[in-house]
Amino acid sequence: MKTINEFFEVLKNNFNDAVVELKEDIDSYIVVKADSIDKIAEFIKTNNDFKFDFCTCVSGVDDANGTKNTDENGNVVINGGTMSVFYHFNRLVDDAKIIFRVYVERENPVVNSIAMIYRAADWHEREIFDLFGINFTNHPDLRRILMPYDWEGHPLRKDYKNPEFYQGIRVAY
Amino acid sequence: MSLKTEELVLNMGPQHPSTHGVLRLELLVDGEIVKNVIPHLGYLHRCFEKHTEALQYFQIVPYTDRLDYLASMGNNFGYVLTIEKLLKIEVPERVEYIRVITAELQRIASHLVAIGTFGIDVGAFTPFLFCFRDREIILNLFEEITGARFLYNFMAVGGLNYDLSNGWVDKVKDFIKYFRPKLKELNDLLSFNKIFIERTASVGILPADMAINYGVSGPMLRASGVKYDIRKNDPYSIYNRFDFDIPVGQGLQGTVGDTWDRYWVRVLEIEESLKIVEQAIEQIPEGDVKAAIPKKIKPPVGTAYGRVENPRGELGFFVVSDGGNNPFRVKVRPPSFCNLSVINEICKNNLVSDVVAILGSTDIVLGEVDR
Repeated sequence: MKTINEFFEVLKNNFNDAVVELKEDIDSYIVVKADSIDKIAEFIKTNNDFKFDFCTCVSGVDDANGTKNTDENGNVVINGGTMSVFYHFNRLVDDAKIIFRVYVERENPVVNSIAMIYRAADWHEREIFDLFGINFTNHPDLRRILMPYDWEGHPLRKDYKNPEFYQGIRVAY
Repeated sequence: MSLKTEELVLNMGPQHPSTHGVLRLELLVDGEIVKNVIPHLGYLHRCFEKHTEALQYFQIVPYTDRLDYLASMGNNFGYVLTIEKLLKIEVPERVEYIRVITAELQRIASHLVAIGTFGIDVGAFTPFLFCFRDREIILNLFEEITGARFLYNFMAVGGLNYDLSNGWVDKVKDFIKYFRPKLKELNDLLSFNKIFIERTASVGILPADMAINYGVSGPMLRASGVKYDIRKNDPYSIYNRFDFDIPVGQGLQGTVGDTWDRYWVRVLEIEESLKIVEQAIEQIPEGDVKAAIPKKIKPPVGTAYGRVENPRGELGFFVVSDGGNNPFRVKVRPPSFCNLSVINEICKNNLVSDVVAILGSTDIVLGEVDR
């Protein structure tokens, strides 16, 4: 079984600039570019050295590393910075794991969708779109999934403010 | 004479008894044949992930109880395991054993609900009562050590909140002795019942490649013939010390991966869980269950993904720490959520009444799907 370092070398040779770095962590992950995650996903699914058949989890994270400003109502608003999407893949045969991280701009969050490569990612991506407002290009059915379809805002962003009204009715929290 | 026909949208749920909670399915039907299923989730959304960002690490444990409320022990287990991975701490032997015993008892209790309610879904009421009678004993056992029957808040990061009470181990032994013959009774009553088999065999077939592609895990994946169980393939805690098998679907009554297989794998898993409990209960060492609980939980900056085999499949927690007292982000990978996403594929071109049977066999818990 290959280690994540060897996986990284192979990916680096195949994708050059699209694969940015290997980040050491408790579960080390590979940072890749947002516009090439679909090509990399296709590669690790079909290439014989990889054959990762199971997309375990796709998670969004608001890094909240932009500048924090206060608007006229006294609410904290974050401008600039990044959000991240983590991809956990698994190989069922020998339980090898590989993790990717993608950075997206907070102001214009766009990632290529892998929902048609790994169908498991479909609902995970919808959830991230719902809760973080990250757009997945080429997603077959990008709708909200947990929040009501007419909800405004994306609750898991760090500067999210509870709405005062929902459908014209005052909601007290 | 030719009759004019057209497709009809049929709404199933959110208060439909077979949706096991509040799930709404929008069925597109052509006569009795289902052409498309669109699930609408979110009726039980309680903002678990948002809540965790305002809570300290140890305060989140009772919230995890409420994810998959039929398997609270498993949820506790997954969460504390992830935080322990983040903190890089070891827990005492006794804690590991008690965790495994309670998690496996919980699996039995959870599968009993799954089997019982699945029986109700297809019209067999009596097995449900039998299952709940036996599950009651497990809940009583849990009540004795945790004080709660459902939402236990039993495990803590680095240990357990309570030790076992005197004589509890003997009660578990009594339970196993009592329960083994009851399983046979259940098989006679439901598993090999002709009506039940007719209703479930070769219905809603989920092929292995589709199951893997959709991220289906747990008994549903194994019913499709894939021998994958995290307890064996990536053993966590002390599962590598026990001898048990992984039951897979073999298509005994029809095709591999049909509704009956999904049911049957759960019955076989109960047996395997009994084996694990039997072995663990003999080896349980003495010790202090609270010895390794850290006074203050402040993990270093980093990310960790921890996972356990819950009764419904792979329960994963993805935790991002920024070095503070509260987690920066906790993402749950709920097994029911991923298992439900395949529902459209396996319901297509089946009868409306089969949708009820298929949904029952996926055994979803909406508390976990919606979080």
